[in-house]
Amino acid sequence: MKRNFYALLAGGLFGAGLFTSGMTDTTKVQNWLDLFGDWDPTLAFVLTGAILPMAVAWRIAARRTASLLGTALPATPSSTLSPALIIGSFIFGAGWGLAGLCPGPSLAAVSYNGIEGLIFIAAMSAGMFLAPRLGKLFANPQNSAKNFG
Amino acid sequence: MLEQDWIFGFGGGLLIGAGGVVYLLFNGRILGASGVLGGLVDGTGWDTIRERLSFIAGLIAVPFVLTLLWVRPDTHISSNIWVLIGAGLMVGYGARMANGCTSGHGVCGISRLSVRGIAATLAYLFAGGVAVLVFKHVLGVI
Repeated sequence: MKRNFYALLAGGLFGAGLFTSGMTDTTKVQNWLDLFGDWDPTLAFVLTGAILPMAVAWRIAARRTASLLGTALPATPSSTLSPALIIGSFIFGAGWGLAGLCPGPSLAAVSYNGIEGLIFIAAMSAGMFLAPRLGKLFANPQNSAKNFG
Repeated sequence: MLEQDWIFGFGGGLLIGAGGVVYLLFNGRILGASGVLGGLVDGTGWDTIRERLSFIAGLIAVPFVLTLLWVRPDTHISSNIWVLIGAGLMVGYGARMANGCTSGHGVCGISRLSVRGIAATLAYLFAGGVAVLVFKHVLGVI
């Protein structure tokens, strides 16, 4: 199926970029976050390089009614800043700083990150599994689907 | 003066962006690593399971091939199991609670000037900076 081929291509380009940019090196990420140590600005170059082609793609997408394969394009983003967005990002960021890993690089590096990389992915997957389930305990039932959809 | 790491960073960033372009324009989807994996883990994305598994297959296979052809990078990953488990739980839980991580909110959100993407990015950059300050400089565990 074409969708699977282009998903494989997109994942492959994403992986090639994470590898080439050095973003699977946890110390490069942690040194970017470390304003009180040996600060490393590489991540800003990575983010800039990634945003440029995406900004063009969003402009193209805005003029289209469907993707090139005929599937629906993403809806216009909400501008509501929910507590889940901010609290979730704080929790995510704390873990990101602690290990120097986030979901993309942890998967990209799985073939050369040893057992430690697998332990991180297992724990990350457990966190992903728990999020909508624990979220229901705290959230208003009417909001839970929106927050964790 | 540009350091070599910055040039590779920018070039790698362009490749990351190219992946996002393909996923958006062909598949109609926002490239977000936590969204692709999270939907598989919690069952909400099983209707698009092949698309998600294909994406992850490419994401794992291409770096693996590059380690054979080019270089096997040192990742300096922590060997402290509690750091790995604690950080992994926070990364997975927080990304799903916020509905996105560095790729979805950072790359894809900022590039469409999404208020939520920009706010999430500022929040996780701040928390990441505080985490490194506390765990590295105060507690000395990393």
